[in-house]
Amino acid sequence: MNATIQTNFARLQIMKSKVLAALRKGENYELKTELNSEYKERRKEAVRRVIANMTVGKDVSGLFTDVLKNMHTDDLEIKKLIYLYLINYAKTQPDLVILAINTFVKDAEDTNPLIRALAIRTMGCLHVVEVLDHLCDPLRKCLKDPNPYVRKTAVMCVAKVYDLNPAVADENGFVGAVREALSDANPMVVSNAVSALTEINEMTPGRDVWRLDSSTVPVLLTAINECIEWGQIAILEALASYTPQGEKEAESICERLLPRLQHANGSVVLTTVRLLIQYEKFVRRADLLTQFAKKMVPPLITLLSSEPEIQYVALRNINIILQHHPKLLSKEIRVFFCKYNDPIYVKYEKLDVLVRICSERNTDPLLNELKEYAREVDVDFVRRAIQAIGRLAIRYESAADKAVKVLVELLQLKVNSVVQDVVIVLRDVFRRYPQTFADVVPTLCEHIDYVNEPDAKAALIWILGEYSEHISNIGNLLSVCLEGFLEEEDEDVQLALVSSVVKFFLKSPQQGQALVLKTLKTATEKCANPDVRDRAYIYWRLLSANPNAARAVALAEKPPVEIENANLPPSLLEELISELGNVSSVLQQPAKLFVYKKADKAGVPRDSDLGARYGDGFDGADGGAATSTSDNGAMGGIGAGNEGEPELLISF
Amino acid sequence: MLSAVFIYNQKGEVLISRLYRHDVKRSVADVFRVHVISSPAAVVRSPVTTLGSTSFHHIRYDNLWLCAVTKNNASAAMVFEFLYRLLGLGVSYFGRFDEEAVKNNFVLIYELLDEVLDFGYPQNMEVDTLKLYVTTESVRSSRSVAADAAAAPQSITMQATGATTWRRNDIAYKKNEAFVDVIESVNLILSAKGTVLRADVQGQIVMRSFLSGMPECKFGLNDKLVLERDGGGGGGGGASAPAAGGMGRRLGGTGGVGDGESVEIADCQFHQCVRLGRFDTDRTISFIPPDGEFELMRYRTTENVNLPFKVLPVVRELGKTRIEYEVLIKSNFSAKLSATNMAVAIPTPPNATKCRIKVTGAGAGKAKYHPEDNAMVWRIARFQGLQELSLTAVVDLAPTTKPVPWSRPPISLNFQVLMFTASGLLVRFLKVFEKSNYQSVKWVRYMTKAGSYEIRI
Repeated sequence: MNATIQTNFARLQIMKSKVLAALRKGENYELKTELNSEYKERRKEAVRRVIANMTVGKDVSGLFTDVLKNMHTDDLEIKKLIYLYLINYAKTQPDLVILAINTFVKDAEDTNPLIRALAIRTMGCLHVVEVLDHLCDPLRKCLKDPNPYVRKTAVMCVAKVYDLNPAVADENGFVGAVREALSDANPMVVSNAVSALTEINEMTPGRDVWRLDSSTVPVLLTAINECIEWGQIAILEALASYTPQGEKEAESICERLLPRLQHANGSVVLTTVRLLIQYEKFVRRADLLTQFAKKMVPPLITLLSSEPEIQYVALRNINIILQHHPKLLSKEIRVFFCKYNDPIYVKYEKLDVLVRICSERNTDPLLNELKEYAREVDVDFVRRAIQAIGRLAIRYESAADKAVKVLVELLQLKVNSVVQDVVIVLRDVFRRYPQTFADVVPTLCEHIDYVNEPDAKAALIWILGEYSEHISNIGNLLSVCLEGFLEEEDEDVQLALVSSVVKFFLKSPQQGQALVLKTLKTATEKCANPDVRDRAYIYWRLLSANPNAARAVALAEKPPVEIENANLPPSLLEELISELGNVSSVLQQPAKLFVYKKADKAGVPRDSDLGARYGDGFDGADGGAATSTSDNGAMGGIGAGNEGEPELLISF
Repeated sequence: MLSAVFIYNQKGEVLISRLYRHDVKRSVADVFRVHVISSPAAVVRSPVTTLGSTSFHHIRYDNLWLCAVTKNNASAAMVFEFLYRLLGLGVSYFGRFDEEAVKNNFVLIYELLDEVLDFGYPQNMEVDTLKLYVTTESVRSSRSVAADAAAAPQSITMQATGATTWRRNDIAYKKNEAFVDVIESVNLILSAKGTVLRADVQGQIVMRSFLSGMPECKFGLNDKLVLERDGGGGGGGGASAPAAGGMGRRLGGTGGVGDGESVEIADCQFHQCVRLGRFDTDRTISFIPPDGEFELMRYRTTENVNLPFKVLPVVRELGKTRIEYEVLIKSNFSAKLSATNMAVAIPTPPNATKCRIKVTGAGAGKAKYHPEDNAMVWRIARFQGLQELSLTAVVDLAPTTKPVPWSRPPISLNFQVLMFTASGLLVRFLKVFEKSNYQSVKWVRYMTKAGSYEIRI
């Protein structure tokens, strides 16, 4: 019995090892056989599997010649798949690609325009210098093809050729052909030509292969009406680089742009807004300027009802626009009220906009709203809401009463994190309006047990010192604080306590004498932190030498606090205004921090080297990670301080 | 411009990877997975992630992540519009767009991706045209002409690049019909005290056109600006509307919607077939429609919103162990109409243990406690106009060691009301002109549904 089991087991082992061997030999081996199968269907299936493997990142480059054998086929699906394969592996096997050239060249002459276009599109994507020589003739023909579909593809192909070798594109007159394509009868050819030329301009800065002038602009503005949405965006973006020659021209361009604001595509709308703001500075007629502003607002708000990601982009941009046009949305505050189910990144941005556009008139509804937000679940969002309440209180004196009332209500919720944030905000408000809110202090003291984070503790102790005369059990409270003094790790708390005890003593010498002595003694003799010791010594000397001087120092009137909107630096603002809708405007950081132009690449490894670094350990990129946070102007992540040295940013 | 497009499944496995430029490697797909999909942070803090010089834009749908990569300062708005359009293509092609659909159709998706982007620049993304020439055996549109004759590709390409990429020129129907659906989502934030903090309507006009040839359409609404300009003339022409079967209504009469008053449209956006220049000069909506279903326009109104439901909630926290609810809902539309599929979600604290719920009123439906959602869900199959229903509930709370105050999320409503528009919007006419001068029949339907209808408690 046992023996049979054992033999069976041994057999199984052998089978297993055979299977493993077959597997080891590899799927590629099997695919190779299949690719050379005599049956068309099996070959087709094999090609599909090759692409599937390529997608998941398996290396199928070894099958190059076998895949290529199947290229000459009438089956469009197979052809497209093989082309896809070629695009991926051509660079690694440039000499073998030549084998495919014949088919490409033949396809480029096919009667079917779809195949002609496919051939020319794919050849351009191969990105292999060896292919260029063979590409020029077909490309030249395709640029003049009677079919617009082929022409629009050929025009784009020129940009690809230029990317690979500008000289070839120039010598063959391709760039000139693209310029001519700007007056093509077909709108899609025109818009692709615009994209291609813009791209070429960017590839070789300083060498303007194409420049908009007062004669081409009207042509493009007419073409825009016929273009599909993406073409419209291409043209609008190209117009951004144009400087109008005088007021009349700027006016007429703006007027012709206005209809674009009604487009269903959010990026058409945003790009149009960008152009309007950019051209505004050339327009002087006040009535026109009001008209533009009036027309801009509704579409911007409508963007807030699109998909959350587009809302986010819109909100980040609205934030920038508001720094340029502070009054633009002041009547629209309610549309920025957060919905309970808005994604958190949308809520952050709405909150920012709300505080930014809030005027003295509508502090009341906004404070009610902020109170709601401060009760939500996300701790970070709650903190921002509480800070926003503080900002409103500090900015508008008329709102301070209500704001403090709201803050106290929040305090009474007794939620740990809320209490910390409220205490910190209250300190700032108290500083802005000295002694105005003394009656709140006793309530605050009732919640003293909840205050446990260093920042909040320091804030609370500061308040205790400032308002000691309003607190009946102040001596007790400060003594309790002193008990934990030496265990306290945060020096801000210790410093605050030393100062507050001194203030208390100066205001009520009899009650405070024992405490102040004990505090100063502890601080000078037992505290490890030199700063704390120093401060304690200074107070001690002052108190013993000249109590009046001590009073002047400790109870001095403080400079007023001001919290203004975190605005972007003016130069950055101007840059971002001209890039509304772009990645830079979403990150609110200058483009040069995360884009490097080809010209800068001189000393930087190009494709292959870069790729190698990608391959082995992209993990190193952590350092440069920057999800755009909503802290305006905070240079979070992306190599802060690395300006002017874009190379350093390519950490991967 | 886009350098690559990736589609991942929930776990972050790459299902589709298509590169358009040589400034990125296929392996950047891993970077996104590591930094975003598998990131330990529970919520995504931004849909745009920039790492070094690479920006990843992503959207999520079903169990998929769609991610577009760019290396330059591309238009983020455009990238997201593109991704959503891509999503739309997927849904239109496969019915469902999820991991399974992507895996089963990866060849077709690669074909689509090859067609919709060239060198990273979006090209024609109109479903109707694409379906003419991007097809496979598994998904072959009934009127597909792929690889038929040499002449066919000619006409396909003309259409794919022409001035009306959205319409073929050889469409013929025996019966020429057009259906217009006005679908409104009404959004509301009501404070606990009952004041309207924010109310607006997002409308959508969806048209299904089955019209022959190249029809020129003109579309008219009770747009305040237009009516005021025209001197507020006699309304909708007054042709008597023949009683139409079902919920459809022949265009012509003013119907049961609105009361002939005009509506102030705060803003509107149009399908690309609408001539924006025309609209800008005289607010005429003129267009050559795509065949079949499409969204003609979107609009937004903020003034005089007819809120279909009033909700009066009273929520009392009795000590730490019990909460009492009284929720009264009143419908605020004609008694002839009714709301269907109504669901009211009334939040409960996470430590709720038992809910005793009672609903009162005719056809008051059923309410049930759903602990997994921390809410009582009250379903009402049919809510008549000018009716009142109420719910009372007592919720027991489990004692907690550390009392965490309840954040009191808002009550939210879901419903749809047919033949009612919260904005008061009304279709005045749809005129169709075609060379052959055929007669066409037009139908219009109205529906209002809840967008985000929140009542704070």
